[in-house]
Amino acid sequence: MRQTEQNRRLVSKTSGLAVLLGGGLLAASLCFGAPQNPSQVPSIFDPHSTPAESIYHLSHFVLSITGLIFAVVFTLLAYVVVKYRRRPGDTGREPTQVYGSTQIELAWTVIPILIVVVLFLATARVIHSVQDAPKPPSALEVTAIGHQFWWEFRYPQFGVVTANELHIPVSDAARPRPTFLTLLSADTDHSFWVPQLAGKTDLIPNRVNHMWMDPYQTGIFLGQCAQYCGTQHAKMLLRVYVDTPDEFDVWVRAQLQPAVQDDVVSAGRRVFESTACINCHAIRGTVADGRFGPDLTHLMSRQTIASGAAENTKANLRLWVQSPDAIKPGSLMPAMQLRNADLEALVDYLETLR
Amino acid sequence: MSSDAMAIPAAGTVARPWVEVLHEWVTTVDHKRLGILYIVYALIFLVVGGIEATIIRIQLIRAHNDFVSPQVFNRMFTMHGTTMIFFVAMPVLFGFANYLVPLMIGARDMAFPRLNAFSFWLTAFGGLLLYFSFLGGSGLYGAGNAPDVGWWAYAPLAAKAFSPGHSSDYWTIALLVSGFGSIGTAINLIATILCMRCPGMTLNRMPLLAWLNLVMSGMVLIAITPLSAAQIMLLIDRYLGGHFFDTQAGGSATIWMHFFWIFGHPEVYVLIIPCFAFMSEIIPVFSRKPIFGYPVMVGATVCIAFVSLSVWAHHMFTIGMNSYANSFFAITTMAVGVPTGIKIFNWLGTMWGGKIQFKTPMLFSIGFLFQFLIAGLTGIIMSAAPFDWQLSLSYFVVAHFHYVIVGGILFAVFAAFYYWYPKITGRMLSEKLGKLHFWLFLIGFHVTFDVMHIPGLLGMPRRIYTYEPRPSWETLNLIVTIGAFIQGVAILVFVTNLVLSYFKGAIAGNDPWDGWTLEWSVSSPPPAYNFASIPVVASRRPLWDLKHPEDPDSRYE
Repeated sequence: MRQTEQNRRLVSKTSGLAVLLGGGLLAASLCFGAPQNPSQVPSIFDPHSTPAESIYHLSHFVLSITGLIFAVVFTLLAYVVVKYRRRPGDTGREPTQVYGSTQIELAWTVIPILIVVVLFLATARVIHSVQDAPKPPSALEVTAIGHQFWWEFRYPQFGVVTANELHIPVSDAARPRPTFLTLLSADTDHSFWVPQLAGKTDLIPNRVNHMWMDPYQTGIFLGQCAQYCGTQHAKMLLRVYVDTPDEFDVWVRAQLQPAVQDDVVSAGRRVFESTACINCHAIRGTVADGRFGPDLTHLMSRQTIASGAAENTKANLRLWVQSPDAIKPGSLMPAMQLRNADLEALVDYLETLR
Repeated sequence: MSSDAMAIPAAGTVARPWVEVLHEWVTTVDHKRLGILYIVYALIFLVVGGIEATIIRIQLIRAHNDFVSPQVFNRMFTMHGTTMIFFVAMPVLFGFANYLVPLMIGARDMAFPRLNAFSFWLTAFGGLLLYFSFLGGSGLYGAGNAPDVGWWAYAPLAAKAFSPGHSSDYWTIALLVSGFGSIGTAINLIATILCMRCPGMTLNRMPLLAWLNLVMSGMVLIAITPLSAAQIMLLIDRYLGGHFFDTQAGGSATIWMHFFWIFGHPEVYVLIIPCFAFMSEIIPVFSRKPIFGYPVMVGATVCIAFVSLSVWAHHMFTIGMNSYANSFFAITTMAVGVPTGIKIFNWLGTMWGGKIQFKTPMLFSIGFLFQFLIAGLTGIIMSAAPFDWQLSLSYFVVAHFHYVIVGGILFAVFAAFYYWYPKITGRMLSEKLGKLHFWLFLIGFHVTFDVMHIPGLLGMPRRIYTYEPRPSWETLNLIVTIGAFIQGVAILVFVTNLVLSYFKGAIAGNDPWDGWTLEWSVSSPPPAYNFASIPVVASRRPLWDLKHPEDPDSRYE
């Protein structure tokens, strides 16, 4: 009876491990591949930028050491549990009473101290190499500002302002062009996390933080706000488009254009400029200069709206303007309560903002 | 020691009107009754916090689920965290400390019985205040709501601008009030342990449970103080126009983080050290050997207490501290692993060469060792600050600290229940239900929390009420939720066991486990004022000496 209990206990422990390992393998198999597809999993074990890769290498080292410690101690535990269980037909005599052993205790104090020293040195090296990396003159500078519940991106070198979808150039060894982010917050704490490009750094009001990344592969990299920031923390999604240098230049030039002025949609423009839209949103070249919500000058150059919560389609735009809670309940965008005709005209206008 | 103590019968059980009984419980200053009140109170909140966890898990069972609204979800994880830490873990551990410490050091009660009662009722009303927020959060004029700022209530989310109404005030005042209760109990435990030990019980002969609760109480005094200070500052911000954390007026969001985590990290050890204490009492008895390396166990505990006061900012590796600060908190955090490792090895050393009996308390203790090992190692993983830049604020962290709190603390608390329930009630808990409870809970725990690490590695942040459809995230979250339900069933088995055994359990007798510490020398439940004549001890295991006069411990100490 006791024997079978023992076996069951071991089986359970082994299966716990198997779940852990199997899960790890599942994770590994899910996360490799080219990051072109936005539904792809943002695994930290699939790095595409130097900071993320430094962490990835450190993680191998740390996981091997802790894995080894686990194997040793677990083996000891399993051995003790099996070997020193009370056997059937035990005499009932108490075992030898042992009170301790200075040598043994010294050994299991000194060995962990040595392990800690090694781990610390490896860690400190990566901390230094990531945090204290010098900014080359070729670096692209971007200011990221966290808002409840969206991202504002400003490119001070160009004067570009956009939202939620960050465009940066690819950086290769021949022509390194890392992106250095200055992180600010307009309201509560947020955290910028695109796992495949870099570890996360918080955006904190009244504080200026920095991070950098130098993606060496083009594509779309997904992330989201990692620091709880309020009701819609979950739908504060984040995309980084890593473009070729040429694509990036084209994108910057397009973003620098003033907003399209199309007379066909002047009715919608009138709706926009005569309602509360302009209190929060800016469209360059018009009276709309609000800063509370995303800049809409080139709204249609973005693939998503509501900070990644929905595809940027006509139907979604209409829904978003009329009842934002249907897409993102608790977002700070108010329901605009427009008449149908006005709504159609407004959405037609928004659709011209390429 | 005197054997008179054993002759005292249990208190009489003559039927009395319920009002009288209730009055006795409400006005009691008896450490045993207060201990039971603490424990029952914690069990009730355990169920409440468990229901909140279940709501969270149902919501996350698949992508874009709409079981609850984002607002409700945010309240649920805030209430779940706050409840489990402040109104389950703290009270249940204080309850056991209250009940056991005087018995184990041969005292008749705590040093300050009325302070003891006062502290309990402060904690109790703190919990009620927190839950009253469901009604009163928006004031009496409208529908109320519970706090939704997370259990850290990071500034400026808890400032008036982002948290209107009173929900954050209920959170603040509940923690402030129960914090005073904790400080009262800590002072009481320190005074009791230092001043009321029976003759012969030098510090060097104290049961480890008393030692570890002494260290824990010292940490409470150091850790709760900054928390209370921060709560008072937050109240000043919210009501008197202060700007400590009001970033819109130049306040600092990071100073709140420092205040919170200089409390928050030692708090983890405040919770785990009493669990180390349970392990250090239970493992020896069921291995039939004395604790291996008693002085080193005490030293390691004191060492953990000191080092853990200098690790708090490892919760803040992502806030943009400079590389020197990050390195400092990385090495202090790794250093805590050394004394913690010593403890695990010493428990293994205790079992080594013993005759291990797999009664339910021992099963939970072995579960504790296994899970605490893993929890410690994932802690070491995250102490590597750059790795933490990826893991922090993700589901990996959530899995890690649940490994500590459920896999470690809760398993140890269950072990303590099965071990001391006979002493407290006079009846044994059913071994059959106990083993069912153990295996169900073990399986549920591992299905939930082993798997929960993985979504974190795949980029899933914590505290999100929904997520984008991704096959891997969905599958993993489904498995996690299934595990949570298995744990729920196990808890039901446990509660059933507690209730059934109270009426139908086998009579325990004074010493059902053949134990060695003083609580087993008195009747079960112990008589009022515990000891008819104060015992005198000559070693760390007075009952061993009594049972083995030919080979007493006192010969070796």
